[in-house]
Amino acid sequence: MSDAQKYWQANIRLVIGCLVVWFAVSFGAGILFVHQLNVIKILGGYPLGFWFAQQGSIYTFVVLIFFYAWRMGKLDRKFNVDED
Amino acid sequence: MTNLQIWTYAVVGTTFALYIFIAIKARATSTGEFYVAGKGVHPVLNGMATGADWMSAASFISMAGLIAFKGYDASVYLMGWTGGYCLLAMLLAPYLRKYGKFTVPEFIGDRFYSQTARVVAVICLIVASLTYVIGQMKGIGVAFSRFLEIPFNYGLFLGMGIVFIYAVLGGMKGVTYTQIAQYCVLIFAYTVPAIFISLQLTGVALPQLGLGAVMADGSGVFLLDKMDKTLVDLGFNAYTTQKGSTLNMFLLTMSLMIGTAGLPHVITRFFTVPKVRDARATAGWSLVFIALLYTTAPGVGAMARLNLINTIQADSIAPDVSQNLKIDALPAWFTNWEKTGLLKYEDKNGDGRIQYVGKNFKGTDANGNLIVNEMTKVDRDIMVLANPEIAQLPNWVIALVAAGGIAAALSTAAGLLLAISSAISHDIVKGIIAKDIDDKTELMAGRIAMAGAIVVAGYLGLHPPGFAAQVVALAFGLAASSIFPALMMGIFAKRVNNTGAVLGMLSGLGTTLVYIFWFKGWFFIPGTAMAADNASNWVLGISPGSFGAIGALINFTVALTVSSFTAPPPEHIQHLVEDIRIPMGSKGAVEH
Repeated sequence: MSDAQKYWQANIRLVIGCLVVWFAVSFGAGILFVHQLNVIKILGGYPLGFWFAQQGSIYTFVVLIFFYAWRMGKLDRKFNVDED
Repeated sequence: MTNLQIWTYAVVGTTFALYIFIAIKARATSTGEFYVAGKGVHPVLNGMATGADWMSAASFISMAGLIAFKGYDASVYLMGWTGGYCLLAMLLAPYLRKYGKFTVPEFIGDRFYSQTARVVAVICLIVASLTYVIGQMKGIGVAFSRFLEIPFNYGLFLGMGIVFIYAVLGGMKGVTYTQIAQYCVLIFAYTVPAIFISLQLTGVALPQLGLGAVMADGSGVFLLDKMDKTLVDLGFNAYTTQKGSTLNMFLLTMSLMIGTAGLPHVITRFFTVPKVRDARATAGWSLVFIALLYTTAPGVGAMARLNLINTIQADSIAPDVSQNLKIDALPAWFTNWEKTGLLKYEDKNGDGRIQYVGKNFKGTDANGNLIVNEMTKVDRDIMVLANPEIAQLPNWVIALVAAGGIAAALSTAAGLLLAISSAISHDIVKGIIAKDIDDKTELMAGRIAMAGAIVVAGYLGLHPPGFAAQVVALAFGLAASSIFPALMMGIFAKRVNNTGAVLGMLSGLGTTLVYIFWFKGWFFIPGTAMAADNASNWVLGISPGSFGAIGALINFTVALTVSSFTAPPPEHIQHLVEDIRIPMGSKGAVEH
């Protein structure tokens, strides 16, 4: 496999990993499992599912993008395809 | 003139002077500066500009009101309008920046080597952006007419004039730097009253934590528990529990996410940064700045609702209504909003007081008569604007909120108008009609298109089509079902060819439009709907606004299937895709 293909595969793996988390915090915790999670209270009086839907998912999205950008930067340099 | 009006004129006037000053400082001198600000904007600044571009009058004025009245169910907007940035950062923005052109239709046309694809993309872009602009123009008009107490159309003309100056002169460069200033105004205006109110109600300064905190009234009850109890006692739906169907919430969130990632005026912002890695960072910074408002909004919504109920209904429940708001002693904010027609009451039982209860309320008064709701209209859109007045905050805070709402509407309007004018001058004039015009002529065409777009938007703002509120579903539906899948396959599916892409876009777009029109009327003409727009008629309970995700799925399926049966894209297109997948060799980076 060529370097370009390996770089692309590593990229796809990273994106899939990030999108699994993206899906889990919003669609998972915020919608599909919201009733089950609401039994737990965090940060005072927040039901956990409700917190994920209105707060937690957004915080996670922010962290995810910076994590992705940081890991992609490392991949770019490892495969020598960065811009400098 | 009242003290509040003086404050409002001073604050709004100062922000306008600032926007015009920036516009003169940041004039565009080439098409590169006009379309993409010379690709020289730092990611943090670009993040702020994107935040202002994205957060419209709807985010600033309407969203907290939606949350206030829908509670948990409004989470779809919070997740949908932020989660799209993950998709942008990971699936679209870096690659489109690497490609290094000016507009979204240009990429679609080149990648699928098809003028048809480009034209479909241009049409989607113009329809989606125009529908959005109408809402902004309306927001500007409302803010002006309520706070400066000048007629709606004067407010609108003033707003159009300001946008005209900095968007026509400065293009993307002027718009970007003005949006940075507008972001600062709008976020300050949004968070200051939120902090005041959070402190009043819970003693916790951050609304993000205040929403989960204990009430400051000494009762020891959590704010959210108090909300649930008050609302249920008064016959409303509980705040933190789900009312709608899970499938519809799921699909609506998905549609809003991919719609966000597919809206051209947002994508274009990623063309303005120097490097591919800056495009990734820009997505992160944009979301930081957006999250500041979006994580504050749930606190604002819940606290505004609680304050509104407590002001009118006091804390009492029938049969004791002796603490309810007296009609001959209405507070000033109440009568002011009543004048706008967005707040109405009717003293049905003639007791001289207002009862504010939900439709499930079964309580009776001292004479055994059922107590009915007397707040006949509480428009959701007034929650953010009236919130500081209800909480009796100082006048300068109220003036700030007016300036913030106007900043949010102006910045989004400018971004949308820019996307429309680029599509006309670059994709239609330069791309199809007159391919050999020089840079200077194209720049002039861009400016004329911008001026024309402002006039059309202003006209639509003055004479809003009756369906203004419904078309938002259309904008997201178009972006989700046509633009997002086309862009994503353009990058990730090398095998997708022109036939597949065009048929995919048309089928995704077609099914989504038919589904929306079926319930909303053909082209939104009243009376032409094929079925009443309610949950019992929707297929599997999927609302028209949630259908974009299904449309996108159809687009993907058709494009991939058709492409696998037809000839692969030519050699040079396959090389193009390989090239945009690596950051190395990106062009057009300039220092600034």
